Amino acid sequence: MLGFIAARLVKAVFILLAILVLNFVLIHAAPGDPAAVMAGEAGAADEKFLQDLRERFGLDQPFTVQLWNYMKGAIQLDLGFSYRQQMPVAELIWDRLPATLLLTATAFVISIVIGVAAGVLAAQTQGTWWDTLISSLALLFYATPLFWVALMASLLFSVVLGWLPGFGYQTIGANYTGIDRVLDIGKHLILPATTLGLFFTAIYMRMTRASMLEVSRLDFVKTARAKGLRNSVIQRRHVLRNALLPVITLAGLQAGQIVGGAVLTETVFAWPGIGRLMFEAISQRDYNVILGVFFISAAMVLLFNLITDILYGIVDPRIRLTK
Amino acid sequence: MSLLAIDNLSIALPKGADRELAVKDVSFTLDKGEVLCIVGESGSGKSMSANALMGLLPEGVTPSAGSIHFENRDLLTLSDDEMMSLRGKDISMIFQEPLSALNPLMRVGDQIAEVFEAHDLLTPTERRKRALELLHEVGLPDPDTTIRAYPFQLSGGQRQRVVIAMALALEPKILIADEPTTALDVTTQAQILDLIEDLRMRHGMAVLFITHDFGVVADIADRVIVMQHGEVVEAGEAETVLLNPTHAYTRALLDAIPGLSFRETMQPANTPILSVRDLSMTFTSRTGGFFRKPRVVKAVQDASFDLYKGETIGIVGESGSGKSTLGRCLVRLLNPEKGVVEIGGKDISKINGSALRQHRRRIQMVFQDPYSSLNPRSRIGTILTEGLIAYGTDKITAREKAQELLTLVGLDPSAMKRFPHEFSGGQRQRVGIARALALEPEVVIADEAVSALDVSIQAQVLDLLADLRDRLNLSMIFITHDLRVAAQVCDRIIVMQQGKMVEFGPSSQVLGSPQTEYTKSLLDAIPGKAHEQALAAQRELRQ
Repeated sequence: MLGFIAARLVKAVFILLAILVLNFVLIHAAPGDPAAVMAGEAGAADEKFLQDLRERFGLDQPFTVQLWNYMKGAIQLDLGFSYRQQMPVAELIWDRLPATLLLTATAFVISIVIGVAAGVLAAQTQGTWWDTLISSLALLFYATPLFWVALMASLLFSVVLGWLPGFGYQTIGANYTGIDRVLDIGKHLILPATTLGLFFTAIYMRMTRASMLEVSRLDFVKTARAKGLRNSVIQRRHVLRNALLPVITLAGLQAGQIVGGAVLTETVFAWPGIGRLMFEAISQRDYNVILGVFFISAAMVLLFNLITDILYGIVDPRIRLTK
Repeated sequence: MSLLAIDNLSIALPKGADRELAVKDVSFTLDKGEVLCIVGESGSGKSMSANALMGLLPEGVTPSAGSIHFENRDLLTLSDDEMMSLRGKDISMIFQEPLSALNPLMRVGDQIAEVFEAHDLLTPTERRKRALELLHEVGLPDPDTTIRAYPFQLSGGQRQRVVIAMALALEPKILIADEPTTALDVTTQAQILDLIEDLRMRHGMAVLFITHDFGVVADIADRVIVMQHGEVVEAGEAETVLLNPTHAYTRALLDAIPGLSFRETMQPANTPILSVRDLSMTFTSRTGGFFRKPRVVKAVQDASFDLYKGETIGIVGESGSGKSTLGRCLVRLLNPEKGVVEIGGKDISKINGSALRQHRRRIQMVFQDPYSSLNPRSRIGTILTEGLIAYGTDKITAREKAQELLTLVGLDPSAMKRFPHEFSGGQRQRVGIARALALEPEVVIADEAVSALDVSIQAQVLDLLADLRDRLNLSMIFITHDLRVAAQVCDRIIVMQQGKMVEFGPSSQVLGSPQTEYTKSLLDAIPGKAHEQALAAQRELRQ
């Protein structure tokens, strides 16, 4: 197992470096000159000023040298400087990361818990109105575009009913401390986290239901019945455990998006996280920030892929013991 | 009074099934310590009857009439809870597929201990101790390690022993065995049958044994019930039914068992059509980790033989002996590691690209599973003409040819427009044979081509193959684990063990006077030998 993890880690490092190069090349292949944008905003677009800007940020160097410098920095977690925000990119990302992690992790937990529970319930009540209700809701959530759900949820619960705050991370100017602060953030979290988790809740539900029904038909479930085991034990110990294997794969996919996937939700709910940072950076051509966010989200995807593989090994002995 | 009495049991199928009743008016009794065999082909209702006894009928299938009396109680009237406490304790069951009968994520020890847990017996430590004792009792090697093993780490025979250990845990009064040896090799089958017999003697339980193999019946049954289309067509003492069957269906089933009779060996022509020299194939699996040694399996080692025009060579051996790998190397579904495979004087073991494509039509394969070897989304017409069209035949000629082929294998040409799922297993295998013949190959390789079929269907397909071989002067390589089948169709036989050819010669010599212990053990393991001797004695008496 340890050898397996080591091998995967080495592979992950190489993939990460490849992603770094690819992103850098792609961004620089895109039309547009960051120096021109900066100069334009400063209102002084003469050639001398542009030249100064290029020299200051190393943009006058040959492409390969720029790439090499960037790579050298990235390895030491120095992701360059944001021309727009006048701050190191790494610092910007670290500032925003906690809010994003809080939002996406909450959405992740909500979708897994509700999705799997609803899937189990639907499978066990297959063919009844419970099953129909759950499956129809899942289909609805699955088919509805995320931004629309976000806007409607915000409209209904915040504007019309006034139950929950509709934007932001905490109440501005309230300066809560201790438990009050936790509750305040929690209240702000409910709408974006539920919205973000809805899609995956639907997928988990459908996957769990299908997988449970498939496993129920397998021979070893019949063996378990023949032993005289109670149905609840059979469902939990024999059916659910086997049925959760594909759900783990899915969870790995969702977890990989924890950093990069919240762009829409964060923008709609004005959540001060990485997703919004990326949205702003793209509209402002803040290349280094875009590259930094891409880099961090790629690293996250690789990390969660690795975790999924390890989890798979723990749950399924066939993988663990033949590795 | 009998231990178990089934009276006029009928089991209804859900609406829309091909018939109304899966089981119709079935009655039989089972006494303490007795072995009762229920024999019949797929769809005869034999498994349904057993499942009804366990209260484990599939969803939508329900008993519609009759009663099942066990210890003065009618099982059909018991509540779910009452049935639950009966299952595993008084009546237990073992199944056909040992590979899928165990939960892949649980250690086998835990799965055995679960039986005690289900009935609230013993403490966890005692359960484990009993599980260990049971593993000893069913003859598993090294029980202390096995108890911690996961199912995938055990062989098919070992898993079936684990399933038997679970079934015996609470010393049930009745053991239902639903085709428990069908998926196993002959030698493993013989061991499992011995084990069941031994346990029956020691524990005095009654055994309800479901099988389609009359050889097995002859070896273990006290009494026999023959079922067809859900009805009992014949019942009686095993000896009587086997030697003096009264119902035509029973006779047909008995006649369909291939005997160990040999085919007249033909005189080989001068030049072989297929010549194999020192063929070897090794599988290396890199299984994670930098420092682990890769697992190396020598699947085929230095195989050499010649196949002549019109000849059939059988390759026999247990699972894992390398017989299928050898076949796959010959058709180049696998690339042999070393050695020479010559067809018509040309070595095809190393060719690639278009040369290989040209070669492919000369050697064709018939596969084991007629269900998965035909594309379910293609019509039979497409399946049969695809190859011809790929080799440049125009569509109209190809379709004419396909219709001829269907007639040749005994199917109606109208089958062209239908999909595989509209056919029975035997019919699909006929399509598979027609497909293999479409390109007029010089050699046909049949890999366990009749193993998945019922005996009577098996006999028909074997007849078809023999007929085609004689009519078209086909050269065949016939891969099988069933020595009786091999004896019936093969001129010469290769016996393989762990990748090596341990014996090779005319069928009558290899199977009649085997030279190696391995071949002898394979022959000894064939069920029903005593019955064959009895039959021979009966014939002599009549003459």
